[in-house]
Amino acid sequence: MLAQVKSCSIYGLESFLVDVEVDISSGLPAFDIVGLPDIAVRESKERVRAAIKNQEFNFPIKRITLNLAPADIRKEGPHFDLPIALGILAATEQMPSDTLNEYAVIGELSLDGRIRPVNGVLPMVIAVKESGLKGVIVPWENMEEAAVIDGVEAIGVNSLKDAVAYFKGEYKTNKIVDKDFLRCKTQDNDTAFDGDFSEVKGQENLKRCLEIAAAGHHNVLMIGPPGSGKTMIARRIPTILPSMTFEESLELTKIYSIAGLISNHSGLIKKRPFRFPHHTISAVGMVGGGRIPKPGEITLAHHGVLFLDEIPEFPRDILELLRQPLEDEKVTIARANATITYPAKFMMVGSMNPCQCGFFGDPFHECTCSLHQIQKYLSKISGPLMDRIDLQLEVAPVKFSDLEGPSTTDSMTIKKRVEDARLMQLERYKECNIYFNSQLTPALMNKHCKLDKSGKILMKEAFKSMKLSARAHSKILKVARTIADLDGKRLIKESHLAEALQYRNIDKYYQNLKI
Amino acid sequence: MADNALLIALNAIPKLGSIKIQSLAEEFKCYDDFLKAKPEDLLEIPGIGKIICEKIIEYRKKVDPNREIERANQLGIKIVTLLDKEYPELLKQIYDPPPVLYTKGEIAFLHNKSIAIVGSRKASAYGKNVAMKFAKELASLTINIVSGMARGIDSFAHKGAIDAGGPTTAVFGCGIDIIYPPENISLMKEILKCGCVISSFPLGTPPQAVNFPARNRIISGLSLGTLVVEAAEKSGSLITADFSLEQGREVFAIPGSIFNPYSRGTHKLIKQGAKLVESIDDILDELYLESPKNSNTNTADSVNLQNLSETEKSILEVIDYQPIQIEQIINLSLRNSQEVNAVLTCLELKGCISALPGGYFVRN
Repeated sequence: MLAQVKSCSIYGLESFLVDVEVDISSGLPAFDIVGLPDIAVRESKERVRAAIKNQEFNFPIKRITLNLAPADIRKEGPHFDLPIALGILAATEQMPSDTLNEYAVIGELSLDGRIRPVNGVLPMVIAVKESGLKGVIVPWENMEEAAVIDGVEAIGVNSLKDAVAYFKGEYKTNKIVDKDFLRCKTQDNDTAFDGDFSEVKGQENLKRCLEIAAAGHHNVLMIGPPGSGKTMIARRIPTILPSMTFEESLELTKIYSIAGLISNHSGLIKKRPFRFPHHTISAVGMVGGGRIPKPGEITLAHHGVLFLDEIPEFPRDILELLRQPLEDEKVTIARANATITYPAKFMMVGSMNPCQCGFFGDPFHECTCSLHQIQKYLSKISGPLMDRIDLQLEVAPVKFSDLEGPSTTDSMTIKKRVEDARLMQLERYKECNIYFNSQLTPALMNKHCKLDKSGKILMKEAFKSMKLSARAHSKILKVARTIADLDGKRLIKESHLAEALQYRNIDKYYQNLKI
Repeated sequence: MADNALLIALNAIPKLGSIKIQSLAEEFKCYDDFLKAKPEDLLEIPGIGKIICEKIIEYRKKVDPNREIERANQLGIKIVTLLDKEYPELLKQIYDPPPVLYTKGEIAFLHNKSIAIVGSRKASAYGKNVAMKFAKELASLTINIVSGMARGIDSFAHKGAIDAGGPTTAVFGCGIDIIYPPENISLMKEILKCGCVISSFPLGTPPQAVNFPARNRIISGLSLGTLVVEAAEKSGSLITADFSLEQGREVFAIPGSIFNPYSRGTHKLIKQGAKLVESIDDILDELYLESPKNSNTNTADSVNLQNLSETEKSILEVIDYQPIQIEQIINLSLRNSQEVNAVLTCLELKGCISALPGGYFVRN
């Protein structure tokens, strides 16, 4: 007897449908799985056998052959347990099989027949929807994640018995979920952040710089001694970034679903991510990969912030890996058995000390580093990587008087300004295939970053007297564009450019080191 | 007196100082005599002990002065010894003048009146400005600026002189064919265009720490006086100043902030009696040199101040001659950071303030 159950498998960030075919014939009792199953799939036969028995069904003492089609793509993960079990029950006529092929089935079984939650439910449900199936059977705990997608009926089940009951038409207790909440239509999610800009006392200049960074999606480098609040303020950057759109949320939730990092019962992720990898991270941890490919930190920071504390402590080869994703907003991992592309559109925020002892440039303390040491420290960040960091800011230690001062602008107010600036950019670049000022190419810069006469004179003077490098030129223009956007102006004025010229601190460093 | 070959040969023997070389040179007159000398003859010379005698005998076979001269010629290096007319007069007067100078560039400048400008390798923005300004002004009076081409103040002193197109001399603490620090290769080329570089060390001598005090005595010995711009409490620049005093030359020191660790050394010198210098006139007066008539450089600044807008003036009031961090400027000026940043750029371009690393600003 033959039965067919539909399920899904993950490839990169996408999911595709898999046919689980079960054939039961006479012969010596055996249970074989073919169709490139991974270890977790191969082991499922033990779980399925126990679960069927413990849920008071009969496990056939016959020759069972199981095929996972398409048979040329490797399949992994324990979520094939439930479709395999249903396939066996259908093939032995312990349950009706007439409506079985209208649904996809996902779920991991425990030995007693209960169903455990699995990773990657969201992309699987999307694939189910695209293939035009009627519904999807998911573990009870993955119900919220599955319910996000419209147009597909999601059925949450607790046990193998529940699943069988559903196909018999006897299952009445499906989980009730609030779709609006899950799809983040209700706007109550801003309170979910655990910090606010108003908690950061003093550091007005740094806050302004980060506001510009958020508005133009510029990468930032903060240079300052330990204890100046770099980490504290970096953690709060997501609070001033614009709220995520539904599409962004969906994409991010897919990534977290596959990485197994999603918290249950919350549906789509509404908070922009803040990833904070330690500098001992490996290359695979940073960009993704592995034998079973998993997204790395840069993909987990998609639509959010990747914070690299103490940037020079990161191995240089890890930092160089970031160059291409920063440009392309995605990373392609090519391995012997798969080539996978993960999205990686993140804002990079770095922090570092001015030198190893922390006092270089401080007029009131003697720096004990030799010039060679300072140069070595700075050279950890290569020129090409530095090119991709538009804003560089030096941060001073906080003064005690600042700590007692009044609280300043809160995140909501800044966020509003950032959102307005982003809107201006979206409007301006709607035909250019870019979204932010940081993405401006030289050609587009000529078109959109025009300076008026006084601006041109200022730029010329600044170049001469500040000894700016050529690469500083485009960075300053991009930043000036964002400052003008924050000001709500279509043209870049002299004052915007003058402000932008202050955020080129690293150039000052190099100049000081040259002799 | 001896011949050049003998001096070059003696100069190349390690452990032989200028004084011993002089006594040896007086004894032997010419190189061939020296080669033939027996150990007993050497031991008779005052100051030559057993160990040094063995050294001399060991090395005199290895050292070939004619080959050294040939190599120098190939590299475009001119060798000047105490016997030559080109040997700088002032340097000859010191207690232990180096017997041999390897030179590159126009050495006629060595007969100009010279001032040494030295200081710490890690210079502050203030020290950098001072070194450039003084070197430029002095060099434009055709005063030769002598320094060590080290990092920091030394390099800025040379730069200032080059800006004025005036003479400058770099004294090396290594063989003249070695460029140290290596990043100064372009600076050296600039120096050669309007001045010269010299070294008392044989070709190929690496830049070892022991060489530098010997180099410092040449820097001070070439000059009428030594100007110390910035120096930490224990600094090579103070050694140069000491040599200068021993050689009977003047020592000048630039005052700085009492908070600046790199001003400790110069303040120490002032306490010990070095002349406090505010402008080149202070130096010229002390050396009885004529000063140019219109050296009033402060007029430009006052004109600039009148061109400022009200906002610019109010922010400039907050910024002092003591470095101040931008966060403090924002706090004290009671303006928001975007306005302050924009105004700071304008003030910077108008030359009223300088930006320093660390987000600090200082009034010029």
